[in-house]
Amino acid sequence: MSTVTRYTTPAIVLHWLMALLIFAAFPLGVYMHELPLSPDKLKLYSYHKWIGVSVFLLVAIRLGWRLTHTPPALPGDIAAWQRRASAVTHGLLYLLMIAIPLSGWLMSSAKGFQTVWFGVLPLPDLIEKNRELGDLLAGVHKALNFTLLGLVILHVGAALKHHFIERRPFLQRMGLGRKERT
Amino acid sequence: MRLTVLTLLAVLAAPAAHAVEYTTMLPKQSSIGFEFRQMGVPVKGSFKRFATEMAFDPARPEAARAKIEIDLASIDAGSSEADDESAGKLWFNRSVYPKATFVSREVRALGNNRFELRGTLTLKGKPRDMVIPVSYAPGRNTATFDGSFVLKRLDFGIGEGMWADVATVANEVQVKFRIAATGK
Repeated sequence: MSTVTRYTTPAIVLHWLMALLIFAAFPLGVYMHELPLSPDKLKLYSYHKWIGVSVFLLVAIRLGWRLTHTPPALPGDIAAWQRRASAVTHGLLYLLMIAIPLSGWLMSSAKGFQTVWFGVLPLPDLIEKNRELGDLLAGVHKALNFTLLGLVILHVGAALKHHFIERRPFLQRMGLGRKERT
Repeated sequence: MRLTVLTLLAVLAAPAAHAVEYTTMLPKQSSIGFEFRQMGVPVKGSFKRFATEMAFDPARPEAARAKIEIDLASIDAGSSEADDESAGKLWFNRSVYPKATFVSREVRALGNNRFELRGTLTLKGKPRDMVIPVSYAPGRNTATFDGSFVLKRLDFGIGEGMWADVATVANEVQVKFRIAATGK
């Protein structure tokens, strides 16, 4: 009897879809922020917000999945401190995937621009327009994003190290390459 | 009997004698705001400074007249970035056209304290005829005039060049105002 050490297909799809959206939204956010005001800037801001709302909805589905499914166990010989570091990193990644879109949504409201998903579905403004609060939330949004950047580097670096340096079939866990059976 | 008739006439004439012609705007209770859509998102703005010359006698509304002059530098276009942008040549070209003006030509009474104000709105040097519905609410010493209308920014060349794309910033701008006035 063989055990597949691989996440379930929905978990893998959600992981890569969100990775794609986050990898698009992050540089877009950095780039658009510096642009002088133009129609293109307004478009990019809207696209960034639409991606952010999408991430927010997907992470809710993903959390639901994660809470009702047990991820495949790590190989038995992974050091205890690495297991702890992995648990903490994954916890923080989930936290940031919630906190970052939320901070963006609140910042948008505070700056007086309602978030309207795909220009069609308006999200309620949870806070009133307030320029100082808007600037504060912009700082929070930025700080959270650079924290995410650091954690993603750690996350990807650890996966690559386990896979290529320790030569464990780590990337297969997230659906890359052939299904690994033990 | 004769005395009674005189008394009656005096009573009837009394309101007219007390009738007020509203001529002085109360800036703190007056506002001019606007709303437009940007990428499908409603954005609110306003002008903080404007001056009016007006005369409105409720007994003779057709004789009313109004001139409103808006200081475009007092704009709140939703963000400081947009405030700055609005001054430029593509928008108001404020160094050449620092003010927007509306001058009434004709007032039509529609009944129920509703009126139609017809006149010329001049923005960026472009005069355009406008019909503005106004409702009048009498008060003890102060009357308020509320109005709302839609203007098309491109009729005035507001937002030219790259900004002429109405898919990003809508052509329609909803203007809402309240003018509170006292009289003598």
